[in-house]
Amino acid sequence: MSPERRSPSEERPHSLGALMAAKEIVICCGSGGVGKTTTAAAAAAMSACKQGGKVLVLTVDPAKRLADALGLEGIGNTERKIPPEAFARAGVEPRGELWAAMLDTKQSWDNLVHRHAPDQATERRILHNPLYQNISGRFVQSHDYIAMERLYELHSEGSFDLIVVDTPPTRNALDFLEAPARMADFFSSRLLRLLIVPYRSRFVNLASKPFYQVADRILGSQFLEDIAEFFILFQTMYDGFVQRARAVERLLHDRRTTFVVVSTLEAAPVREAEFFIDVLTDKKFHLGALVLNKVLPDYLLDEAASARAARLSRSAEEIAGKLVSELPEVGEPEQVARVLREVGESFRNYGVVAQREAKQRDELAAAPEVVATVPYFETDIYDLDGLLRLGDTIWS
Amino acid sequence: MAGLLDRKLIFVTGKGGVGKTTVAAALALLGAEHGKRTLVCEIDAKGDLADFFETGPTSFQEREVHPSLWAMSMDTEASLKQYLSLQLKMPFVARIGPLARMFDFVATAAPGVKEIVTVGKLCWEVRERHYDLVVVDASPTGHIIGQLSAPQAINQLVQVGLVRQQTGWMLDILGNPEITGLAIVATPEEMPVNETIELSGRISRETNVDLAAIIVNRVLPELFSRGEEEVFERLSAPGAVGVLEQSLGGSPEPLLEAARLAVTLRRTRAGHLERLRGAVDPSIPMLYVPYLFVRSHGLRSTRQVTEALAAELGF
Repeated sequence: MSPERRSPSEERPHSLGALMAAKEIVICCGSGGVGKTTTAAAAAAMSACKQGGKVLVLTVDPAKRLADALGLEGIGNTERKIPPEAFARAGVEPRGELWAAMLDTKQSWDNLVHRHAPDQATERRILHNPLYQNISGRFVQSHDYIAMERLYELHSEGSFDLIVVDTPPTRNALDFLEAPARMADFFSSRLLRLLIVPYRSRFVNLASKPFYQVADRILGSQFLEDIAEFFILFQTMYDGFVQRARAVERLLHDRRTTFVVVSTLEAAPVREAEFFIDVLTDKKFHLGALVLNKVLPDYLLDEAASARAARLSRSAEEIAGKLVSELPEVGEPEQVARVLREVGESFRNYGVVAQREAKQRDELAAAPEVVATVPYFETDIYDLDGLLRLGDTIWS
Repeated sequence: MAGLLDRKLIFVTGKGGVGKTTVAAALALLGAEHGKRTLVCEIDAKGDLADFFETGPTSFQEREVHPSLWAMSMDTEASLKQYLSLQLKMPFVARIGPLARMFDFVATAAPGVKEIVTVGKLCWEVRERHYDLVVVDASPTGHIIGQLSAPQAINQLVQVGLVRQQTGWMLDILGNPEITGLAIVATPEEMPVNETIELSGRISRETNVDLAAIIVNRVLPELFSRGEEEVFERLSAPGAVGVLEQSLGGSPEPLLEAARLAVTLRRTRAGHLERLRGAVDPSIPMLYVPYLFVRSHGLRSTRQVTEALAAELGF
């Protein structure tokens, strides 16, 4: 562990760097398409460079070029070290190590079953149950749960100083927070036992018979049997499973864990970020930072510049005439006037968007301890160099 | 092949943040304004849809939000109750205590149950001819396959029973390209384009729903045409900057900088757009909606998107 991270600090962190130095788990959340994955990777890369130690970024669905850059192509669940050559190419010598892993939902579920199944025969039967295959492969909520479960596993193994998580895209961006509790409730519900009863014994309780008749009529008995088998098998793993889910839940609330809300300043992501901040605060999770991506430059808000832009579009012909008379090499007067008008119009167009976004930013920035903004980057980020350049803008 | 708005059931999907709900709202508005009795349904009840019509929150019970346009949001439990009483003619079942909980349980355990109750309700509105057009603000790209393939999945999973019988007619509606179509919304950015390319391939392999259109949202305007970019370069030279500074009474630098940013953003996006065009079947129509430089969202911006789509669809 690096000395920088170990030193206890009573002060509130005032930069993303300080926040990450004080925590062991950083969970990045926000709606889809706001640059969550890139932000998580950039923050992890910065920490590995500047703070040292072993830093892992656990990601769900990186853009292919980013995955390639991090050497994540086709590695599934295994953590992999980013080769030092990648840092050398970016011109830096990291103090620590950067590791990356992808989340493979199906593989993680299979591992979970392997760990908790009482014997090999049960394990095999679970893995072959059609319902299990559906749940582990396609069931949306299972992604939420397994991401948190995997985080717990990695954290408790203790081989990393810092784990940065990029949360899966969910229907409701907060589902994953409740996933452990929901999974535990689900497997311990009385209803579940009620449903399994007739398949355990041949004596169906007379009182509940109409209930089964209705269930049978709607769903068909084969399906009910598949469900029952699945849960009977899963019950053999019940204790380990529920204990585990509760432990995962505790970890999310632990003071070593912090949440970073990522957003752009467009309307829908902002609304989701607000909702996120409210719920995290309400449920007493640690809200560490807000990272705003793709923020337009401040000069667009400059009123004097905006007045000049208006003047440029209004008097484009006149100004073009003056330009061409003094510097004929610039171009034909009409063409120059057209270009000047475009320049003026474009400034005002982007100015309108920048003003709208500045207002959103002020409203969002009230809650978290740290607010970091990332400017629009000229090109997409797909290598370590790009990640570190982005990281620099949010670090201190 | 039927045009997009000739269909009766349009699912609108897209990666989060690309403006899926805006496009769904605009398509519905377009349909309604061309005399179609239209229903627009929001699946992930986040309440975004209500903002686009500025009419307050939507619920499972549809409400007229604009002449000829009704809006609703999906609620799987309410949908199941309606299904049991109206289609299975078993209203009493809906009232059985454990049923609601059992539904919750089965829906959590078995993938596809919530989806089929959702898709079933929408297909039913079409089958009963309650509306001329049903526009669905459907799940994002990551989940749309699960949603649209639910009737098939259930068909395989549940071998007998009422649910199985019910999936047959849904598959007929979903699989008929004259009736049903999927529209994918993308922005010309890396991830939305990747997901659109991937989804356009999967949709034909894994579902029986026809891909009706790809709608590219937030297309940035071309700042300079051929030859003008060189003029702009020359305007950035010190001499020209001096003249501009004199004429404007202040530095033109922020203006030139903003233009450079606009050109770069446009160029990056044009590359992604090119990639998208090259990767999807050329027979699938692509509609373009320009980036809106507007002060706020709401009905006015919905209307602007509607106008752009109307022009693209030849209305």
